[in-house]
Amino acid sequence: MLAGLVRRGEDFDAAEDALQEALLEALRVWPEQPPGDPRAWLTTVATRRLVDARRSEAARRRREEAIYAEPRPEASTEVGDDTLFLLFCCCRPDLAPASQVALTLRAVGGLTTREIADAFYVPEATMAQRISRAKRSLRGRRLDQPGDLAIVLRVLYLIYTAGHAGRIDLAAEAIRLARQLTLATAEPEARGLLALMLLNHARLPARVDAEGRIVTLDRQDRSLWNTREIAEGVRVLQSALAAGRPGRYQIEAAIAALHDDAASPEETDWPQILAWYDDLVALSGDPVRKDPAAVLGRAVAVGHVHGAAAGLRETEPLRDVLGDRHRWHAARGHLHELDGDLPAAAAAYAEAARLATNVAERDHLIRQAARVRQKAARGPQPAGSAGCGPPAAG
Amino acid sequence: MPKYLLLKHYRGGPERHHPFPPMDQWAPEDVEAHMAFQRQVRELLRENGEYVDARALTPTRTWVRYGGEEAAPVTTDGPLPETSDLVAGWFMIDVESHERALELAAYVSSAPGPGGEPIYEWIDVREVMWEAPTDD
Repeated sequence: MLAGLVRRGEDFDAAEDALQEALLEALRVWPEQPPGDPRAWLTTVATRRLVDARRSEAARRRREEAIYAEPRPEASTEVGDDTLFLLFCCCRPDLAPASQVALTLRAVGGLTTREIADAFYVPEATMAQRISRAKRSLRGRRLDQPGDLAIVLRVLYLIYTAGHAGRIDLAAEAIRLARQLTLATAEPEARGLLALMLLNHARLPARVDAEGRIVTLDRQDRSLWNTREIAEGVRVLQSALAAGRPGRYQIEAAIAALHDDAASPEETDWPQILAWYDDLVALSGDPVRKDPAAVLGRAVAVGHVHGAAAGLRETEPLRDVLGDRHRWHAARGHLHELDGDLPAAAAAYAEAARLATNVAERDHLIRQAARVRQKAARGPQPAGSAGCGPPAAG
Repeated sequence: MPKYLLLKHYRGGPERHHPFPPMDQWAPEDVEAHMAFQRQVRELLRENGEYVDARALTPTRTWVRYGGEEAAPVTTDGPLPETSDLVAGWFMIDVESHERALELAAYVSSAPGPGGEPIYEWIDVREVMWEAPTDD
């Protein structure tokens, strides 16, 4: 409904104000005079409020008075052009990513400011300010230009990766938004993104144990994987790939699908995964600088296909770009372990733990280091028997 | 009720009760026991209604100061980067008294280390000042 108002060329902020006022009025009026068509009623009242607001600054005062009774804006249930349009509004390229994310969750996802603040562990007042600044920078602009789908996709992926902490499951919210997006556009990358989210989300129940410890892909209880999500992810991915225009989300989804498809870690089709990584790396002209995460993922795949030493060689060019990131050291720890060089693996895991910025990952890496040191102390192991999974257990 | 920060340090503070290696060099079961204890502390504080916040800090530190007009900020990793105090994280608690804060700090300090022995870690206890003026 908000999208409908904005789409008519109304100012975003004013339209949201008007809709909120209409909702407040509905709370007052509906109990005694329920409307026959609530949606039409709200739109009419909101439109009337917009006209009022233009005539008078009083709307501003009313909004300030009403701020403590912030109604939960209705989650946009309409699909199609309006959702797409509203997404584009929230993902204007001139907004900072944090603002794009906040505005998208508020205006398209229908979350309250409080819920968004909780999800990102910031005070509610901070998030309210971030959202109102973002809206202010959209104010007065007629939002009738087509936006950039690539930014919309990135914002949805950011929401997905922001995780599952807090009371709101942002990953599930991102999936819901991506699903709406695929109904509004035929662009295969939108479906690629939805597939990627589904195929990763399917493994979520197995990824952390009851004590909150990270479980790597090779040690996960695969019976906990969500087969319904995997089936949907594969179906969505196939329909995307059928368009014949692969992009990074489709490729990453294909890699996730291959992991999901293996009944046991040993059955993982690493040569196929490596082939997809080759495609992923080929998407950018200077992958080491532009897409180091893809190069690192490929190095691990190389390690599994052509041997750990070859994989380690592939990580070398990344030293300047990722040398101070925990992921680079964690991947090398994994490859050293695969290679049977346990002291080097332990040192790499310990360094990765020192650089980690997430407590669960830090603890996991300390455990990896301790486990490998113990294995080293117990005597030599045959190379290749390393019981550890790819560090990017996503 | 007063609030206190119980600060844990990567280094600095009084001389250690006894030396022990970094955690990545402990036996895996000792690592597990230590991490389980940290979870227990948090749960205990929550159950008691004394928990406010718990955070860990990465060990990477950058000192920075104003560089002067039109100049970039000046940064360094500090004097004596290898030996100076380095905070590792904290529990913030809301408790009845200073004595209770010390009691909880001592409990935090009893975290198991190598061989399951308490590490007797020094905890830096600091009272958090109130923002608002009080009536009395």
